[in-house]
Amino acid sequence: MAKITIDNLRHSYLSQPTRDEDYALKRVHLDWADGGAYALLGPSGCGKTTLLNLISGLLPPSEGKILFDGKDVTHDTPEKRNIAQVFQFPVIYDTMTVYDNLAFPLRNRGVDEAEIKTRVETIADMLELTSTLKKRASGLTADGKQKISLGRGLVRSDVNVIMFDEPLTVIDPHLKWQLRSKLKELQQRIKRTMIYVTHDQTEALTFADQVVVMNNGEVVQTGTPIELFDKPRHTFVGHFIGSPGMNFIPCEVKGGKAIVAGQAIAADNAKAAKSGKLELGIRPEFVAFAKTGLAAEVIKVADIGRVRVVETKLASGHSVKLIVPEGDGIPSGKVHLNFAPEHTHVYENSWLAGDMTRASS
Amino acid sequence: MNKIQNNKAWFFVIPVFILVAFNALVPLMTVVNYSVQETFGNNEFFWAGSTWFSDILKSDRFHDALGRSLVFTAIVLAIEIPLGLAIALCMPKKGPWVSVCLILMALPLLIPWNVVGSMWNIMALPDVGLLGRTVNALGIDYNYTRQPFSAWVTLILMDVWHWTSLVTLLCYAGLVSIPDAYYQAAKIDGAKSLAVFRFIQLPKLKHVLTIAVLLRFMDSFMIYTEVVVLTGGGPGNATTFLSIDLVKYALGQFDLGHAAAMSLIYFLIILFMSWLFYTLMMREETTP
Repeated sequence: MAKITIDNLRHSYLSQPTRDEDYALKRVHLDWADGGAYALLGPSGCGKTTLLNLISGLLPPSEGKILFDGKDVTHDTPEKRNIAQVFQFPVIYDTMTVYDNLAFPLRNRGVDEAEIKTRVETIADMLELTSTLKKRASGLTADGKQKISLGRGLVRSDVNVIMFDEPLTVIDPHLKWQLRSKLKELQQRIKRTMIYVTHDQTEALTFADQVVVMNNGEVVQTGTPIELFDKPRHTFVGHFIGSPGMNFIPCEVKGGKAIVAGQAIAADNAKAAKSGKLELGIRPEFVAFAKTGLAAEVIKVADIGRVRVVETKLASGHSVKLIVPEGDGIPSGKVHLNFAPEHTHVYENSWLAGDMTRASS
Repeated sequence: MNKIQNNKAWFFVIPVFILVAFNALVPLMTVVNYSVQETFGNNEFFWAGSTWFSDILKSDRFHDALGRSLVFTAIVLAIEIPLGLAIALCMPKKGPWVSVCLILMALPLLIPWNVVGSMWNIMALPDVGLLGRTVNALGIDYNYTRQPFSAWVTLILMDVWHWTSLVTLLCYAGLVSIPDAYYQAAKIDGAKSLAVFRFIQLPKLKHVLTIAVLLRFMDSFMIYTEVVVLTGGGPGNATTFLSIDLVKYALGQFDLGHAAAMSLIYFLIILFMSWLFYTLMMREETTP
């Protein structure tokens, strides 16, 4: 188990990278505590798998350092780093039984059979694989196979970090949530550092204590799921997390208030905004219909189960979405919108205005 | 709803039926027809029952030819399968050398069979051939036209040269289709390269290896052209395989009934052996 430090890490798949765009991963710094559950979240091609492979040692970085517990492991092999990884598609050894699959990493390390037996049985019990131990691994279903991949990481008691590369991709939807909660439960029980790569916000937000949102090879924000939801530091995070994503409306700032279509709207950080492209951001959850406020017109209502998503259009043509709980009335035609001030933020050139913790970019 | 009887769909089956009839049923039944009759020419046939079959199964000449064919096939398979696999494992997985290797490997497969026979015939001649002279110059007495052992060695060398590529190409195709994640997982699990071969590559190659074994078994068990050109079945009968013996009966002696019965036995042996190989190699698939 280890604390992981990623220092100035860059990676390019080209041999002679010159421009910034040549890098699949552009200068990342991260500090991860021992025993934490972390998620790397971002759209396809954002560099999250690259970062994962750099940490596991399957790829050598172009620049920068990776430290486990302060020890430089940048040039160590995956075996030496003592990590475990679960891949997108279940990797199992077809010809072996489930037991032999789980025992494989230990046998390769010369652990004695009695010790292997106790460890494999403990892990099999944890993963609910005990009844299948004597079966051939190739006969199991996708989720069973994925559990074996995970189990091969868990049997080694000294693993520094367990990494997951979109592990639920091939799992049936109805088993996804089962395996997901199993993972979370395991993490809390054995307290090993785990890094979970995904493009699915639900998976990331339910699994991790800390979520790292990536876009275009950069870390956009690191924070708890609540922080990402309440205070996205970048419009990308606002769009990417939440369903539907955050509303963004172009605005001006005058006298510490945001102005949209001539109306002053209270925003928590309006005073900090100075110049550049200014936008007002608010989550659909915090927009409500009111007697007075921003004038809009209801365009569309979508029922998504327990809530309804109402799409409205401002006079300027920008759309604002609202989430209305089931049972609440929805007016039609011309309406007025009210924004909760503590959840309304001003963004300056796509970044949260006045945010001092902004990553250097 | 009423069920309507409409058998017009059967018309769509006619083309396939005709095709199968002409490429399999008609020729095969012709052979079956000959195998139970005796003819003295003049297009006159007499019923012979199972006489031909019992004659063949009792004849030493058949036993010897069958034995030679089986031994030849066994040796050739024992060399070509491991060798082909080994070469495939050594080939580069990416980069400019991939196409160079693939073309080099494919070359022997592009040469017509009788040309392969002629090439080796000339090359191995003890007096003027490059190979024959070199071997003799090294002090080894080598003459494939006179010594059965030399003839066998030459035949096996020729077949290995001609067909190992096929095994290599099949295995290579199988190897490059193994996802990277398997190798990465093995690295993380601390597996050594021998374990990677034993637990990842070999199991993943099972299907292509089965195909390679089946193809190489059938082809080497039926080998004819190269042998006829290289040794003509000699010296003596040393390299007279089943196929060569069959042609001697059918075209040399014009013994239609005998040759037909022998063809059927030959066919059934190949069918049985192919089934056996397939069942043995795929057996683990079905057991849980």
